[in-house]
Amino acid sequence: MPSLKDLKNRIESVKSTRKITKAMQMVAAAKLRRAQEAAEASRPYTERFNAVMAGLSAAAAGSDSAPRLLSGTGSEAVHLLVVMTAERGLCGGFNSSIVKLARAKVHELQRAGKTVKILTVGKKGRDQLRRDFGSLMVGHVDLTAVKRLSYADAQGIAKDVLGRFDSAEFDVATIFFSRFQSVISQIPTEQQIIPAKFEDQGEGASATVYDYEPGEEEILADLLPRGVATQIFSALLENGASEQGSRMAAMDNATRNAGEMIEKLTIQYNRSRQAAITNELIEIISGAEAL
Amino acid sequence: MADTMQFDLVSPERSLASASATEVLIPGAEGDLTAMPDHAPTITTLRPGFLKVVSDGATKEYLVVGGFAEITSTSVSVLAEKAFSREAVTRDEVQAILTEAEERRSDHSGHERDMSDRFVADLVHMLDLMA
Repeated sequence: MPSLKDLKNRIESVKSTRKITKAMQMVAAAKLRRAQEAAEASRPYTERFNAVMAGLSAAAAGSDSAPRLLSGTGSEAVHLLVVMTAERGLCGGFNSSIVKLARAKVHELQRAGKTVKILTVGKKGRDQLRRDFGSLMVGHVDLTAVKRLSYADAQGIAKDVLGRFDSAEFDVATIFFSRFQSVISQIPTEQQIIPAKFEDQGEGASATVYDYEPGEEEILADLLPRGVATQIFSALLENGASEQGSRMAAMDNATRNAGEMIEKLTIQYNRSRQAAITNELIEIISGAEAL
Repeated sequence: MADTMQFDLVSPERSLASASATEVLIPGAEGDLTAMPDHAPTITTLRPGFLKVVSDGATKEYLVVGGFAEITSTSVSVLAEKAFSREAVTRDEVQAILTEAEERRSDHSGHERDMSDRFVADLVHMLDLMA
C-alpha cells in the first residue's frame, strides 16, 4: 500500500506528463497544418508532371530505344528498397507500420531468390531495420537538420538513387512511405519508382498530339530523372503530414490516458486519506474511553 | 479565336502564378518561343532564363531553372524545378545555383558535359541580364 506522500508525488508526476503530451499534441497539430499545406502546394506540379509523363512514356514504351529508367535493365535480380520514416519517435505506430511493410517485402523478395538492398531515410527506420537486416543496408539519408522540407532534399535523395542505378547496383527501386489519409488514418504504401511507372490520369492528356522540342526521346531522358525526384518529394511530403497526424493522434491518446490515471490516483489518494483519519479518530476515542 | 489563354507557373513546392494571358515568352531548350492562343500543342524543355507573361497589357517576368512547358491551344503550363518572380529573386540565389551547377559540371562527360556547359553559360548570361 503506497503511502499518502507516494500517491501525491505520483499524481504530480502524471500531471506534468499530461502537460507535456498536451503540448506535443498542439505542436503536432500546428506542424500538421503546415505539412498539409506543403503537400497541397506540391500537388499541381506532381499531377501535371505525371499526366505529361504518362503520355510520353506510353508513346516510348514500345520502342527499343526507350531509356533504361523507363524500360528497366531487363533483369529483376537486385531490388533497392528506399524506406522513408521519421527522424523522431513518439508518433504512434507510424514508423513501425512502414517498417513492417518493408520487412514483409524483404522476406517476400528473399523467398523469391532476389537480392535486396535497403536505403533508409529517417533515423527511426534505420534503427528498426538494422536489427534484422543490418547486412543489407547500403546507405542512409539523414534529414535531422532539415526544418522545412524542400525540393532540394528530394533531389539529393534522387541523385543518390540514380547514381546507384547508373553504376548498376540495382535493377528495381521501390519507395516505402505513409500516405496521409486523415489524422486517424495513414496508409503505409509501397511505390515502384525505377523502372518508372506513371498512372495515366486518363483526362485526354494522352489524346492530344504534341510537338516535342527537342525530340521526344531527349525530353523523356531529361524528365525521367526529374520524375524520380518528384515522386520522392511527394512521398516525403505525404510522410511528413502522416508523421504529424500520427503524432497528434498518439499524443491525444496519451493525454486522455494521463487524465484517466490522475482521476484513478486521486480517488485512491482520497480513500487512503479518509482511512487514515478514521484510524486516528478510533485511536483517540478508544484512548478517551480507557480513561 | 479566343484572345487569352490560361497560364500556370508551378514549381514542386508551390504554385507561383495562375492567370489568363495573351502572350507568354518561354525560354525553350531549342530557343525562345512565344506562345499565343491557338498555338500548336507543344512540349518543350526549358533552359535557365526569363519567362515573360503578358496579360491585360502588363508584363510580368519570372526566372525559371529546369523543367518543361506544356503548350496547348488554350493554355500554357510551365513546370519549373526552380522558379522565382523577377522582383523577388536576388543575385545571390542565382549565384548559388550557378556555383552548384559548376561543381556538378566536372562529374559529366560527353553529351551531358555539353548540356551542363550550356546550363552554366545560360546561368551566367542570366546573371548579366540582372546586373
